[in-house]
Amino acid sequence: MHELAVTESLLEIVLESARENHARRVTDITLTIGALSSIVDDSVQFYWDHISKDTIAEKAVLHFNRLPATLKCLNCDTKFMLTDELTPCPNCHSINLTILSGEEFQVDHIEIIKEEANNNETTS
Amino acid sequence: MKQRVEIVKRIMDSNEQLAQQNRQKLDQNQVFAINVMASPGAGKTTFILQTIKGLPENMRLGVIEGDTAPVTIDADKITAAGMPAVQINTGGDCHLDANMVGLAIDQLDLQDIDLLLIENVGNLICPAGFALGNHANILISSTPEGDDKPYKYPNIYRGIDVLIINKTDLLPHLDFNMDYFREGVEILNPGLKTFAVSAKTGEGFDQWLAWLEEKVSENQA
Repeated sequence: MHELAVTESLLEIVLESARENHARRVTDITLTIGALSSIVDDSVQFYWDHISKDTIAEKAVLHFNRLPATLKCLNCDTKFMLTDELTPCPNCHSINLTILSGEEFQVDHIEIIKEEANNNETTS
Repeated sequence: MKQRVEIVKRIMDSNEQLAQQNRQKLDQNQVFAINVMASPGAGKTTFILQTIKGLPENMRLGVIEGDTAPVTIDADKITAAGMPAVQINTGGDCHLDANMVGLAIDQLDLQDIDLLLIENVGNLICPAGFALGNHANILISSTPEGDDKPYKYPNIYRGIDVLIINKTDLLPHLDFNMDYFREGVEILNPGLKTFAVSAKTGEGFDQWLAWLEEKVSENQA
């Protein structure tokens, strides 16, 4: 459900950046989503298709970089990736863990088509 | 011609900026604010009412009630207890955000409040992602929900400052493995401050209230 709110924030960021860069259209948006961020990419896409209508970012393709959750054991320094279940350290079974990555949720970059300059258009 | 524009911006930044503005307003008025989160039916309102009952009479309270629908049942209970309460109807949204809380804060006379209790929408997923500007995040987990909740909703357990285990009076009737529950919590949030209470009977409230009173007076020092 909260994907609607975050997709609105995403649109705001994309449109602001597009404006600053004199974009005519936004064609692609690349996002990083950590496995622990509790964001469902299908939902973001669903809301995106609706709320980007009639903006210069309409029909932009969303690309999702999914980052796995990486944890480090503070007891034995073992680094491991979390799959589905929350688990203690696979090496020493300690539950004294810290999260190294997996919480990210950000826009990395967008691809835009620039406004054409009025007087000195190039044909190349 | 296509051109790539680097952005690298966290999508939650705008909410977090608003949360910081809320925090400034609270701090200017020396208001200590807590964000109370839980699943529906965990006993948030009962817990808040029991907390209000146990706090010293000279402590000035305010309450912000988040609800998904325009019913004022919870806010009515709070105002009946004599507290200034503002209800936020999220219009079906699953969480409070910094903007909604900012609007509610503006309706309260912050100069006359020492402690602000914000009751979030009943949900274990969405509220975890939205900073509000409060000083402490409280999660109420009630025993009938089961001992596996930390494992199923890790995010909300990670961002909290205090965990309340509610409905301890029901423990004799449930298969709730407290060790398993606490181990999950410890993985996610080592050393988390935890109070086991029954909001119905008031059992276990002394320590929670002592913690809260201390925080409120520290905030005014």
